[in-house]
Amino acid sequence: MRNDGLSSPRDLGLNAWRAAERVGDAAFGSACNPLRHLGAIGFFAFWLLGASGVILYIVLDTSVDGAWRSIHGLADTPLGSGVLLRGLHRYAADLMVIAMGLHLLREWLHRHERGVRRFAWLTGVPLIGFAFAIAVGGFWINWDRLGQYSAIATAEWIDALPFVSSAMARNFLSVNAVSDRLFSLFVFVHLGLPLLLVFGLWFHIQRLTRAAVWPPRALAIGLGVMLTALALAVPITSHEPAALERVPESLRLDWIVLFVHPLTDATSPAVVWALVGAGAALLFALPFLPSRREAPAPAAVVDAANCNGCQRCFADCPYAAITMAPHPNQRIGRTLAVVDADLCIGCGICAGACPSSTPFRSAARLVTGIDMPQLPIDVLRQRLRAALEATRVPQPIVVFGCDHGANVSRVKADGILAFSLLCAGQLPPSFVEYALRDGAAGVVVAACRQGGCEFRFGERWTAQRLLGTREPCLRASVQRDRVALVFAGAGDDAVIARAIDSLNQRIASDAAPAHDAIALHHA
Amino acid sequence: MPEATLPRPSVKLGPAAWAGQVALYGLFAAVIGVFSQWPPYRPLEPGQALIKLSFTRVGKPVGDCRKPSEAELAKLPPTMRPTEICPRERSPITVQVDIDGRRMLERTAPPTGLKKDGAAALYERLVVPAGERRIAVRLSDDVRARATPYERDVLVRLDAGQVLVIDFDADKGGITIQ
Repeated sequence: MRNDGLSSPRDLGLNAWRAAERVGDAAFGSACNPLRHLGAIGFFAFWLLGASGVILYIVLDTSVDGAWRSIHGLADTPLGSGVLLRGLHRYAADLMVIAMGLHLLREWLHRHERGVRRFAWLTGVPLIGFAFAIAVGGFWINWDRLGQYSAIATAEWIDALPFVSSAMARNFLSVNAVSDRLFSLFVFVHLGLPLLLVFGLWFHIQRLTRAAVWPPRALAIGLGVMLTALALAVPITSHEPAALERVPESLRLDWIVLFVHPLTDATSPAVVWALVGAGAALLFALPFLPSRREAPAPAAVVDAANCNGCQRCFADCPYAAITMAPHPNQRIGRTLAVVDADLCIGCGICAGACPSSTPFRSAARLVTGIDMPQLPIDVLRQRLRAALEATRVPQPIVVFGCDHGANVSRVKADGILAFSLLCAGQLPPSFVEYALRDGAAGVVVAACRQGGCEFRFGERWTAQRLLGTREPCLRASVQRDRVALVFAGAGDDAVIARAIDSLNQRIASDAAPAHDAIALHHA
Repeated sequence: MPEATLPRPSVKLGPAAWAGQVALYGLFAAVIGVFSQWPPYRPLEPGQALIKLSFTRVGKPVGDCRKPSEAELAKLPPTMRPTEICPRERSPITVQVDIDGRRMLERTAPPTGLKKDGAAALYERLVVPAGERRIAVRLSDDVRARATPYERDVLVRLDAGQVLVIDFDADKGGITIQ
């Protein structure tokens, strides 16, 4: 449901976020905008950390005397390969922390901590702790002055917990207290925890179809080039070897990862524990706090008599809410879509995928195989019919929009018949043909900006269905020059108006029909 | 081609967009490059030294052992009759540190464990100005009236950034300062 009444700090934050996304869209194109792929960028950084980390582990001497020497020696490897390796590893860690923080912020601003997405939220929160523990532990392995400072600061911070009986920081009291066995702990923290993190990430994306664990190729190349250039331009070097009899004088601290240590120094371990505990409690509690917003959307409903088991809804559902089960008609091999209401987000993309959703069917009441109770396909057909019959304009333009994208109701005017759907993906392509056959001069389908669909795949599936690369396709007999596809997010209302003007001009110049493709308009 | 990799209708980026991309990548790289190493952080102010006081020690029993009474012994099987009964609970460790005659620290660490029979642990940091300092440490691990505390009084020269460790090692005669 559209909510244009922006009032709360979160709404203001969301507006600011969208403004930032528009800047990114202008530079990268919305499909490759990093701000729309933060989770995938986090994965990208993690894969990069894994690949560079394996090589670093091969050269690492896990001993008190050898660790620093083995890592420091990378500076002398031919062609700067060691420098590149260290730089990629460190900067990928920074990238992962930043991407993780922005990903959390974006999901919160979009109110994605609730409903069906609650599972992903709750499984994502512990990963923040894992990621920081792994990242901080990476500084210890090098066992230089920075690693010494970080290891001692972490031990002292943990010792502040009331149930820790023996001081962990005693392990760093003197040179004699530190042995090679300590590196077993370091290796566990920095190499063992990532394995647990992989497991946690698997849980995190468990309820997503086609989870993005790799960003679009152009973005991956761009980030890779950026990190490579940074690693060579600003090399990561070691401090002096650890010396427990001295406090390091000046540290080139990685503030992106290690900011917690100076914060502890400036306050106290108890204060930082209180902040961490309160932050974690708040993040875990957010999905359960009362909300004044609308109730969860009703789940999709399957009609067994009209479901032929084609699996298109199963393939298109972004949240893995649909499974296929044997059909109750007991014909061998025939299946039926089954919706798990707890997983269904109510986007309607399944209804748009259903071949039974065609409005050309003669039944007085259009019952499709899978439908949305809050906006059934039959109601959409009724409204379209009524609007086409009622309009006095001879050649109206029909606009199908999305509740979460540009507001199509704002472009309502004489000759413009606008319909806002739960998601652009709810629109069966046959409705475009139906509108044209019933008197519309043209049809504009307005989806969200590429990569900006509230339900992940709505804008993508819509485009592929209309362009004929995904079933159900717009039929070949439909005049493409009468159809426009617009990618416009919230606030991009003017883009739809421009697309309508353009389509009108196209229709007006139809004397020489040279157009044979659907016009695409990007915000 | 798998459905998930079907191409999206793409936007052709103009020169301004490419320039914007370079600028944004550069800006992001600058943020990471700068804040991964700058500004420098000093854990200690110049001219300061650090004293670490750390003990892990099992205190003495909180009371004296005594001979069991005849009635107590009678309740036990003959093979399980002890010659004396000692309290299980251990004394807390109390530490006082004076530097140049001023009391800088006074802490009491309780014994660990549900029965209070475990070791008491203490870890404290004292940041002091570098230079010559007289350090007096007094440690008591026995709450009984006649107990004598461990004491150590030394004159040390602390360099800036030096870490001085005050520990307890029974094999080395008690309080160690190194």
